[in-house]
Amino acid sequence: MNSATQFKPGDRVTVKFQDRPGHLRTPWYIRGKSGWIEQVHGEFRNPESLAFGHDGLPKKTLYLVAFNQSDVWGRTAAPKDKLLVDIYEHWLESSAQEREECEP
Amino acid sequence: MSDAGNAEHGHDHPKHELSHYAKRIYAIRDLLIEKGVITEKDIQCQIEYQEARSPANGANLVARAWGDAAFKGRLIADPKSACAEMGIDATAINEFVVLENTESVRHMVVCTLCSCYPRPILGRPPDWYKSFNYRQRAVVDPRSVMREFGLNLPDDVEVRVHDSTADIRYLILPLRPKGTENWSEADLAKLVTRDSMIGVMDPLDAIPE
Repeated sequence: MNSATQFKPGDRVTVKFQDRPGHLRTPWYIRGKSGWIEQVHGEFRNPESLAFGHDGLPKKTLYLVAFNQSDVWGRTAAPKDKLLVDIYEHWLESSAQEREECEP
Repeated sequence: MSDAGNAEHGHDHPKHELSHYAKRIYAIRDLLIEKGVITEKDIQCQIEYQEARSPANGANLVARAWGDAAFKGRLIADPKSACAEMGIDATAINEFVVLENTESVRHMVVCTLCSCYPRPILGRPPDWYKSFNYRQRAVVDPRSVMREFGLNLPDDVEVRVHDSTADIRYLILPLRPKGTENWSEADLAKLVTRDSMIGVMDPLDAIPE
């Protein structure tokens, strides 16, 4: 399950569109949206476990993921504007083949 | 509207009806004290600790970085060590990132999930930072939020909104105002507003003497 796909800066990713009970740190508005890895923050204890008094292990890789404002909200008021969200690896999947336009 | 009952006790009671959450937190506090988990003094010390941290910490960091390029480099490369150099304790932050504004890029911070904020550097977040209004609009329409704070950005400036959802706490290093070339660090720090370190506005303008 946790055979982690390691992403690197520039990789295209899509945030999984899922929901379940618990302490989920992935905002709703970004689920199902596509962007790219801006930076690898490192490994952190999993807040979905910590929130319930567990040890947060195994640690999860946390990424800074960038999105074009226009890809998230579907409008292009200021085309250069970006949203940057800290997202744990288990919420991301590769979308390399789906979207090749709009590089960072 | 009678509050005559208050006179009977040695301490004040709120004159208005408490909210559900306020009642709950007071009940938890009383239970924790009653069971000896914490003392009233612990609570008072924690309040004082929280109140002692203020945006002045951030303003001093920014002013030093404006005047000292080597310090700026260290502040961006290793923010916690740079804080320690200035006697600011940032160890409570899991991971601390400083984002530098430029003429072509402005950063802005929000926590859409709650109120994540670099408290050791900026103290307690302002109420508007925790409001649903800011948390929604900061991600959907950051430019109009900035306009309300008095910052009108041309379209060719890139706005980068950071949603602080996890272990990272962000501080914005704002642009140094023009006309401050020979200013002392203490004078520079006076231009660094809390809101400029959240990124919703630029620092204050230098007013010529």
